[in-house]
This record gives sequence, structure tokens and C-alpha cells, in this order.
Amino acid sequence: MTITPVNRILPLALAVLLTAGACAAPSGTATGTATGTATGTAADAGAGTATASPAAAQASTPAPAAPLSISDPWVKTARSGMSAAFAALVNTTGEAVTVVAASTPVSPSVELHEVTGEGGNTTMRRKEGGFVIPAGGRHVLQPGGDHIMLMDVRTAIEPGAEVPFTLTLKDGRTVSFTAIAKDFAGANESYAPHE
Amino acid sequence: MSEHEFPPGRRLTRRGLLAGGAVAAAAACVPTSAVSDAAGRASAGPTPLPGGDAVEPFHGVHQAGIATSPQTFAVFVGFDLRPGTDRAALTRLLRLLTDDARRLTRGEPALADTDAELALLPARLTVTFGFGAGLFKAAGAGHLAPQPLPAFKVDALQPRWSDGDLLIQVCADDRLTLAHALRVLVRDARSFATVRWAQHGFRQSPQVRAPGTTQRNLMGQLDGTVNPRPGTADFERAVWVRDGWLRGGTTLVLRRIRMDLEKWDAADRAAKEFSVGRRLDTGAPLTGHAETDEPDFAALSPSGLPVISEYAHIRRARVADPGMRILRRAYNYEDGLSSEGRPDAGLLFASYQADVARQFVPIQQRIAEADLLNQWITPIGSAVFAIPPGCSPDGWIGETLLS
Repeated sequence: MTITPVNRILPLALAVLLTAGACAAPSGTATGTATGTATGTAADAGAGTATASPAAAQASTPAPAAPLSISDPWVKTARSGMSAAFAALVNTTGEAVTVVAASTPVSPSVELHEVTGEGGNTTMRRKEGGFVIPAGGRHVLQPGGDHIMLMDVRTAIEPGAEVPFTLTLKDGRTVSFTAIAKDFAGANESYAPHE
Repeated sequence: MSEHEFPPGRRLTRRGLLAGGAVAAAAACVPTSAVSDAAGRASAGPTPLPGGDAVEPFHGVHQAGIATSPQTFAVFVGFDLRPGTDRAALTRLLRLLTDDARRLTRGEPALADTDAELALLPARLTVTFGFGAGLFKAAGAGHLAPQPLPAFKVDALQPRWSDGDLLIQVCADDRLTLAHALRVLVRDARSFATVRWAQHGFRQSPQVRAPGTTQRNLMGQLDGTVNPRPGTADFERAVWVRDGWLRGGTTLVLRRIRMDLEKWDAADRAAKEFSVGRRLDTGAPLTGHAETDEPDFAALSPSGLPVISEYAHIRRARVADPGMRILRRAYNYEDGLSSEGRPDAGLLFASYQADVARQFVPIQQRIAEADLLNQWITPIGSAVFAIPPGCSPDGWIGETLLS
């Protein structure tokens, strides 16, 4: 077995990420970025899949200077209608960062959502003011919590497809990433657009 | 011949990985858990025992789960690809499965893992992928497909245990870890493929029998005495393919061998030992004293007959050239009892070799022609897979064939 390289790479990657995450990132999730599995590999697969357009597949892990580090991005598969995308957003700067919009080629309408309510009775709605990530902080988008809502999927999101996303920050900067599409039974909160 | 089936595996742990650099870089930060849940972070609970958080590396030249010291539990799942699963879809499938495997084997939940806590004790989890003939055809690479085995006269093969386009082999020292990993992987596979068969197996755990010692099968025999040892030149030559797209990979022949344990019960000890050519207690050849003694196939009894029968299993299965042997990584199976109390039991005979036709087939032909052990065992399932090479942290399993 060739275990030595892995043995060296893993702790190194973890160390780098923990440093970058300024102590906010639990170790486990950070490795997703280090391996680049779900990010930055779109160029190979884009052409063959029905969803990720090759032109948009340039999306990749943000450069070190990017204000947000995105890890573990994924998007729920959908033939049409609504879907949702999730990731961990880590603020690598010393100031708060606010995500005010998100976009993807597979859905012309995308909103930033939160889930409110308790127990078995939850509702999702637009998040006023966007996602605010405090300096050095970490904000997890996940089923049952804040998420990126695709309102009108026009290009089927096939399982395993790599779907590009762009986040727009309050100051106008953008951060791009690529989410891998996964079949997922959950994230079916009812939607209350006018609440 | 070797007394060691496998050398004791080098043990990595999640804690070891974390301590190896991360903690120093962020001394004030306690790595908590693998689950990215801001609302309520999952944790593995109490500090895991060394066996619980032991990690087998996923990345490398070869896939894990072959040279890996065998874990206690295994499941082999054969899939049929759904119609229309083409090369592009296979690429998506294998990227998904690779991503799941690399996370789970580290003790981290997969993306979209709904039961994240179940991922936190990897227990030496390995996930190994294999490609059957149908996958090559679907990928437009039928000419690279592994050749099917010839028919052997002892075979009583059932389609429900045979063939398959895609193999997922999952092994772990913990049955719950294995169940969770299997669920995650199957959930991602089923848009592309249907399950053809799932075969669960078990061995004595490393906590019970020292890794590297030969295990007993359900017939009570020490099974696996003559096996290539990882890290040796013979192992490299016997197991790994050296060129082409499969370089660094191997092939798997998975045979489901039913044991008629009731009939075995009826045989006396001398007959059992004569059929194999080894003693049941020590595993020594009938011509020797210790398990590792070389059998003396020329030795004659006082009456002038061979001590080790012409039809004894160890004579039929013998391969003189160590680099031409097969790697056996077998698991026992026991799938319940009949109302009369008869077990459905046997061996999941997993044989890895660089070349099926040159290594596996001749042995199986000699056994099928005449082997006293055939009175008690019947192959009822058979499948052949190419096992692609491993991948780097940026890569995915199957990329040398599909990309």
C-alpha cells in the first residue's frame, strides 16, 4: 500500500485549512476543500453532463485572497421546479461578509432562504439582508437551515452533475464554486414567499 | 509459502491524522467533529477506542481493500446498470461514489449524509470498486472488458449470485459502520443502477485473532495458508496489473461457494484431513508438523500410496511459482437457518490476481476436474470484475478508463 503520501498530505491539508478557517472550522468538513473533490473539477465533467455548461464550468475554489472559502458544496437533484444548494461558507477576512445574492445557469431565479419554525412545523422564506458571516466566522448552509434556493430549474440537475454557482457579496465582489448534485429525500420545507 | 496471510496493517487513526499537524497550527482550536452543523454539532460521543477511529487510506496507486489486512465484515454488492447509463453518466456516478468513499473512509459524513453520526467511527472502512463486462460495454469500451470464466463442471451457478456490471466492496471492522457506508453508496448509485445481489461476509476480528494469522472457515479448516504477502515482490507480481489502463489495478473473481455442513458433519476427521491434505488442528500438511511446513507431495505411506492424495485439495490448488498465485481474501457467509436447522453457509471466495486466465482459471480447472473437497462444496455464484487502480486526492476511481 502506498500510504505514505496520504499520510503526509492529510495532516498538512488539515493544518492549512484550520489556519485558514481561523479556528472556526471543524476539522472534518474542511478537508472537502483541500481535496477539491466537489470544487474545481468541473472542466472534465461539464461537457458530458446535461447540466453544467462547459463555459460556466470554470468556477473553482476561490483564490486564497477570496473573502469566502467554500467547502462541501452540493445541490439537490431536480428535473425541474425547485431545488436547493448547500455549503459551508468561511469568512477568511477580519470583517463581516454579507452574501446578498446567488446565481446559477441552471435556474434563472435564485433566492437566499432561511427556515423558520419549530419541530415538525417549519417554513422557509427569503432571508432578509442575506447571509451575514462574521469576521473569521463560519456559516453553514444545510437542509433545515439557511440555503440557496433554486426557484425555477430549467436544466435538469442530474445526479453527479457539477453545477456552477456564483455568490454576490454586499460590496459587489463575487465568489464562485461548483456544487456536486446529489439525490436527496429531504429539504422539502414548505415555502411561504410572502411571509 | 508463508505463515502470514497478511502482515499486521499499519494503523492510522482519525486522532492521529488530526494531531499530525492540524492541532499545532491552531492550538487554541479543538477539532470537534466531522459534522458541519452550526445548530447542533454531532460528535462520536465518548473518545473512540483505537479500533473505532482506525483509518485505512483511501488514496493511492492501488485501491484499498485488497492488500489491506482483511477487516471483520465485508459486503459485496453487484449492480446492473440502468438502460441509458452511458459513459458520461458513469463518470458522474463514479465521481459521486469516489467522493462518498474518500469522506467515509476518513470517518467523515458524506455530502448530504442524513445520518452523519454513523460516519464518525470508520473502523478501518475501505470501499473498493470493480467493473464488470456490462460497464465496459456501456462505456463504449467492450474490447477492454474482462473475459468471462469458462464453465467448470462443479458449478451450479445461480443468476441471483452471479455477474453484474458494477461492484462495490465495502469492508470494516464494525458492522454498523459498514451498514451506514453501504447505505450512502447505494443511495448515490441507484439513479444509475439497480442492485443485482448483495453478499455479506464475516471473519474473526483482529481483536479476536491476531492479524496476519490464518483464519478458519466454517468447515473448521485453516483457510489461506498459502497466500501472497503484501509488500513482497511476489505479491506485486501476482496481484497488480503492470500496464494499460488497468495499471495499478487488478481483477476480482468472486465465487459464492456453498458448504454442505450437514454432510461435512458426517465425515470422520481422518477423511476430512485426507480430502484437504492438511491436519485440522494445526493446519500442517499431512507430511509435516507445522502449518508453514512445505508439503512433501512425493511422500508415500507404508502401503505405497501418496500421503497427500492425488486428489487432495492442496495438491490440486498448488501453484509452484509464488508470483503466479492468487490472493485470497475470503469471507464466511451464513444467511440464516432452514426450519430444519440447516444453515445456508459457505465462503465468499474473493480471489484477486493480475491475470484471471493465467492465474485463477488453471487452479479452478484442476479443482473442478478432481478434488476430494468437492464432495462438500458447490460454487453457486460467480462474477468477474476489473478492479481499477486507485486515485489521487484530486482524482476519481475509473478515470483511467472513462476520462
